[in-house]
Amino acid sequence: MPIRYPYAGTGFRDWTKRVGQYDREFLLRLYRSMLRIRIIEEEIEKRYHEDQMKTPIHLVIGQEATSVGCCAALTDADLLYSSHRTHGNYLAKGGDLKAMLSEMFCRANGCAGSRGGSMHLIDKKVGMAGTSAVVGGAIPIATGAALATKMQKLDRVCVVFLGEAGAEEGVTSESLNFAALKQLPVIYFCENNFYSVQSPLATRQHPGRVVWKWAATYGMPAVLVDGTNVLAVYEAAKEAVKRAREGGGPTFIEAPVYRFRAHGGAGDDSKSGYRDVAEREAWERICPIRTYHEFLERAGLLNAQVRKQMEQEILDETLAAFTHAMNSPNPVEADLYRNVYAS
Amino acid sequence: MPWDEGLINRLVYEAPNPAEGRVLSYPKAVNEALAIALAHDPSVFVLGQGVDDPSAMFGTTRGLQEKFGPQRVFDTPLSEEGMMGVSTGAAMNGMRPVYLHNRPDFILLAMNQLVTHAAKMHFMDHGQTSVPMVVWAAIGRGWGSGAQHSQAIQGMLLGVPGLKIVMPSTPFDAKGLMLSAIEDNNPVLIFEHRWLMRKDGIVPEGFYTVPLGKGVHRRRGNDLTIAGASHTLELALQAANKLAAEGIEADVIDLRTVKPLDETILEESVRKTGRLLAVDTAWAIGGVCAELGCLAAEKWFRHLRAPVRRIGLPDVPAPAGYTLEQFYYPDVERISGVIRDMCGK
Repeated sequence: MPIRYPYAGTGFRDWTKRVGQYDREFLLRLYRSMLRIRIIEEEIEKRYHEDQMKTPIHLVIGQEATSVGCCAALTDADLLYSSHRTHGNYLAKGGDLKAMLSEMFCRANGCAGSRGGSMHLIDKKVGMAGTSAVVGGAIPIATGAALATKMQKLDRVCVVFLGEAGAEEGVTSESLNFAALKQLPVIYFCENNFYSVQSPLATRQHPGRVVWKWAATYGMPAVLVDGTNVLAVYEAAKEAVKRAREGGGPTFIEAPVYRFRAHGGAGDDSKSGYRDVAEREAWERICPIRTYHEFLERAGLLNAQVRKQMEQEILDETLAAFTHAMNSPNPVEADLYRNVYAS
Repeated sequence: MPWDEGLINRLVYEAPNPAEGRVLSYPKAVNEALAIALAHDPSVFVLGQGVDDPSAMFGTTRGLQEKFGPQRVFDTPLSEEGMMGVSTGAAMNGMRPVYLHNRPDFILLAMNQLVTHAAKMHFMDHGQTSVPMVVWAAIGRGWGSGAQHSQAIQGMLLGVPGLKIVMPSTPFDAKGLMLSAIEDNNPVLIFEHRWLMRKDGIVPEGFYTVPLGKGVHRRRGNDLTIAGASHTLELALQAANKLAAEGIEADVIDLRTVKPLDETILEESVRKTGRLLAVDTAWAIGGVCAELGCLAAEKWFRHLRAPVRRIGLPDVPAPAGYTLEQFYYPDVERISGVIRDMCGK
């Protein structure tokens, strides 16, 4: 089987001369944020077989640059909505790690009180506003949040993450049309990882349909950005955020990425035959964390020692959060009946 | 004159007595509620396909855009799921949308957002988000509306936790329940009925509310309980009033809200009469009628003196032609027949 969806970007090849426009602290913050997501995800994966996290997981390993690059352009007041693959969005937006892990261990102090699970992470304090476990479900909701933002004249931008399969849902067309019509401050961030569960893009969309170009037909600026390059993602998001804040309406961003793991659960399932193992391996060679690490090293901004220290700090934090979650109380029966209706 | 207007104009309801207060038409009562809410609360906005067109959603939205502007009262794309999601997202972020549909049939396009998102958001977010949203539609009946323009879908939604379902039957209630629904912090569906739009009633001026989840007696009697809402309750009330001449005194309860159900008023009545006739504008199976019957069997069985009966639609889609419609829909005569049968007369 040939590699069906090869990487088509240029990575950090042309970015060395631009590194001076960022301060080191910012560049390292992006790095740390991606590394943190990776380490947390790997720890979740490592422990998943213990069956204490009784929740479906959709690991974001390989797709860290999109969440981190986009969220770096947002403030806590900006709202982020997302889909079933939530971990990266939640952590990059600043969501509380302990509350996330408690949610995954189904504990009473989880971020959604054990009513959401891994697919429904929320932390309103930092603008992680909600998710939907139905593909396309959060897209009109984020659009409605942007309508509220405009009606209330707030300085706020709403972002919704979707996959390329989300672009197949009818409600996405409906939402894009409405957002363009009303010039709403919303950004549609499409992570195109080429597979919906195990269905390749080629079985779902005509090859002549290019997602970002399709989005542009609704009357909004649409761009394609390298989803493995955290700085390229940041720049695209920053421009879209600026446009939205200035009343310029919505933007659609498409970022090709690759998930290194199965759609759900721990480990990769490429061997089952729906995609070529060599395809995954090729994308792993342009892992967004590794390529950025190498870029920062070439620029003299990061070395093995700094990286090692970061890893240790993150691992300590992660293990402490796991311990906290596992020692947290379970909900009680009365909790089931709470918050069905708002008073 | 358009075909449906011709039909509606022929309907005759008992005229209210102007000595009892201000007489207002049904659409004007709804219109007044919307205008009060828009004036009273800047977070309220009204949207729906055709809310600003000349027919103004049966007149319920007439003049609102002129008064409150196109930012707060606006027409929508033909995107029911999208607009239900937009309304949900706006409601989750401090707004109070009132989303109007000509017919409940069109809400079926938006079930994913209504049932799987709006209804569950407060629960899934553990109370951190609420969805104060009103979704309004008028059930059709007759003159060829047929299978796709006269569905009453409250039964399908009755089993969805997180939703409230309101079915007014008078102009007074239409206004007061609308204002309650807008004030409520949950997704509230209001199912009006096209045939009630010609009904006049006594409607007080200004702000008042009719509480959600509370039924009301339309008539008092000891022989049987008739419970239901909206247009079928109106027909049942007409039947009950006629049957008084035959010595049958019915206790007629207008539920006003079919979710949550006012079990207290039902229990008190069924314990008294020992007979329950459940009526609804929708199919008899699996809906409001079925739920009322089940409640009686489960909770008040020992008080029953006769089997529970249902007046709803048969398990058949609505036909389009007028001859078939006569067999399909309940009328005062047919309801009277069931009541006589239940009371052994």
